[in-house]
Amino acid sequence: MWVTLLRRILYAVPIAFGVSVVCFSLVYLAPGDPLQTVLPADATADMIELIKHEYGFDRPIPVQFGLWLWHVLQGDFGVSISTRRPVIGEVMGSLHNTLVLVSFAVPIAFSIGYTLGAIAGCVPGGWLDRTVTGIAVMGVSLPNYWLGIVLVIVFAVEFMVLPATGMGPQGSAAFSIFSLNDLRYMVLPVFTLSMIPIGIIARTTRAAVAEVRGLDFVTTLRAKGLGEAAVIRHVLKNAMPQVLAVMGLQFGYLMGGSILIETVFTWPGSGFLLAKAIINRDIPVLQGAILLLSLVFVATNLVVDLLQSTIDPRIRRA
Amino acid sequence: MIPKPTGSTLRHLAAAGLLALAPLPAAAGGILTVAMTAGDIAVTTGTPDQGFEGLRFVGWSLYDALVGWDLSKADQPSDIIPGLATSWAVDPNDHKRWIFKLRQGVKFHDGCAFTADDVIWNYGRITDNKSPQFFAQQFALNRGYMTNVASMEKIDAETVAITTKFVESLFPYTMSYVPMISRCRAEALKYDWAAYAMQPSGTGPYKFDKMIPRERLELVPNKDYWNANRVPKQDRMILIPMPEAATRVAALLSGQVNFVEAPPPDSIPRLKSAGMTIVTNVYPHNWPFTLNFVNGPFADKRVRQAANYALNRADFVELLGGLATEEYGQVPPNMPYYGKPIRYEFNTKKATALLKEANCYPCKITLAISTSGSGQMQPLPMSDLLKSQMEEAGFKIDFKVMDWNAILEIARGGVDKFPDIHGVNISRALLDPVVAIMKPVAKAYWSPAGANWGHFYADDTEKLVGEIFNEFDAAKRMALLTKLHELENEHAIMIFVVHDLNPRAISPKIKGFVQAQNWFQDMTQISVEP
Repeated sequence: MWVTLLRRILYAVPIAFGVSVVCFSLVYLAPGDPLQTVLPADATADMIELIKHEYGFDRPIPVQFGLWLWHVLQGDFGVSISTRRPVIGEVMGSLHNTLVLVSFAVPIAFSIGYTLGAIAGCVPGGWLDRTVTGIAVMGVSLPNYWLGIVLVIVFAVEFMVLPATGMGPQGSAAFSIFSLNDLRYMVLPVFTLSMIPIGIIARTTRAAVAEVRGLDFVTTLRAKGLGEAAVIRHVLKNAMPQVLAVMGLQFGYLMGGSILIETVFTWPGSGFLLAKAIINRDIPVLQGAILLLSLVFVATNLVVDLLQSTIDPRIRRA
Repeated sequence: MIPKPTGSTLRHLAAAGLLALAPLPAAAGGILTVAMTAGDIAVTTGTPDQGFEGLRFVGWSLYDALVGWDLSKADQPSDIIPGLATSWAVDPNDHKRWIFKLRQGVKFHDGCAFTADDVIWNYGRITDNKSPQFFAQQFALNRGYMTNVASMEKIDAETVAITTKFVESLFPYTMSYVPMISRCRAEALKYDWAAYAMQPSGTGPYKFDKMIPRERLELVPNKDYWNANRVPKQDRMILIPMPEAATRVAALLSGQVNFVEAPPPDSIPRLKSAGMTIVTNVYPHNWPFTLNFVNGPFADKRVRQAANYALNRADFVELLGGLATEEYGQVPPNMPYYGKPIRYEFNTKKATALLKEANCYPCKITLAISTSGSGQMQPLPMSDLLKSQMEEAGFKIDFKVMDWNAILEIARGGVDKFPDIHGVNISRALLDPVVAIMKPVAKAYWSPAGANWGHFYADDTEKLVGEIFNEFDAAKRMALLTKLHELENEHAIMIFVVHDLNPRAISPKIKGFVQAQNWFQDMTQISVEP
């Protein structure tokens, strides 16, 4: 187990490095320039060169990347071009805000998705299965951006029972999950955020359960005289590794923050931060955010792998 | 348009399901909460980023410049007025030297007095990379305003002299964009600008209270403001960046904010039906296509005129729900130097004839457009409409669609760097005559050195620009500016489309807001009823 853990952690290093190289290259391949948003409208060529020098953007791109990486290894992610605040503080703050959403969205989405999928998988072809499949398809297909706006119109504008936007009446700094008033700000974004994972997990669980139910060992269990409830317990346990893998991916996606949902609800999470950084070409923030998010993704997958190994020893042996 | 749900079932279901939740707290009296279009809070360290919206809400709340803007009237174009300088005049013996008399008795929010030394110190902060107070970000944000400043000197405690690189009779406008920040506060914080951003100090009508980075900025009235008429009437102003238009509208309708910038045209009926007030006014803005005069068809004046004749601007106004006016010259007709320019009324036949005469039929052009951006209105549907109308006349348009940052790179790179682009759609802030009508035609401002993107040149306009810069009699200068504006239309230097009407949606509880004909607005006169 420990060897596996160590090996996976070591694997994460080249993955994180690769992610940073690709992202750094993409930022420079895309048209636009990190200094355009801070330059005056009639910036002259001389002025642009001067400012590039001040910000260190006059160096060759590989040198810029090398310097950035060297500083990151020492824990220094640099400062934001637009705000001059340390990137690490900006990213960790936004990740925390996304985590607040995710900590509610994940249990809701995973439990509902798993339950619906398991029910549908146990009665394939029936009306229940068709209903669950319909719900799952709707969850996956509904554009969450649109859904968010519709929910805002209905519950915030028409009924005025929930806030339309923001993270608490005083912003994220004063937000508390123990305050009922603050929690009201989470209802719509959490619901919107949960819809896609509910659909995906329900579909995956349904397929996995239906597949396992058709395996020989289930017939054997029944032949041995096990009751249906006991059989289903075995089926669910055997379907779990497949479902867990998808759950891990979904958790990673959610932690990456939904740019669209966080923009609609003005939720100051990692997606909102990334959107701003992309628009402003705030390269230090973009780099720092992507690197940290990729590490979160890698860590999530590592945890999922370990859980899968625990549930199914065959995976560990493989 | 925001749909209004019908049917009572949904209403009952939702209401029943949410009975346990408390209703929204009523908006506190006297708190002005603004939803800005910006994606972020503008920097508080002096000249803000986020374009003129940053200056409007953050810059001119916390700070003042030597020269201010008269934002008190809605029925006439606003012009510059004394700010931290009570008067200014050009040195009669040296037209490159301007003398500014400073206002006495002004204090920064930290209690330090505003003096001539502060002006000189601020100059070093944004220009001299050898001075301890130099700040690269502010250097970048101010450099465009400082291009003609050669030096600054203190004459006495109440007077400073600014020497320009070339004679510029309109130079005082430049000093209306440069805020003065507190030397005391910056020195006390040992030039830690990140720390300064969280405790800025200016002389402006509002004091900084608190900020949650990227989320909200809260300002409170500066009761000791030097202009007693502009001590804010509300208790607090909260600024919230809200880039998504539908979210801003929903936030207003749900009572979370009471002042919204730029509501989308299709939301206006819904906002009005909810009792919100829509305020609009003409202001110095245009939405044109800046043209390439070096390469491609627009080097020929007849093609430029054809493009202008091809447009039925009334359709654009209709597309924008009436939140724009037709553009027949660079500046709106209410500007004092508008004059009587040639009016390119919609005439497809004439446009086609001009194209044939110029031997450019069909006339293939490539235009750069953005998906969004500061002041860009509704760029995609507007560009589609423009394409359909121009193609009707005989143009063949290839759009290069890009995001705001990428189009800025084209706009600043100029025609030498982007010879295959024949026109760029960048909305323009035409606050002062130099920016509005001189830079787009003067050779001194050819890109990338300046804002003349397409390298326009004509002997008559060039001569007029020189005359205007050397004319210190205001009436004579106005006559020259008017002549220049008329000439620019004759040359058809842009494809003129529309002027924005600067819409804002405000709660009926908001009182006292006067929408000036300006990019900047005076928020101090607003009070909020409980």
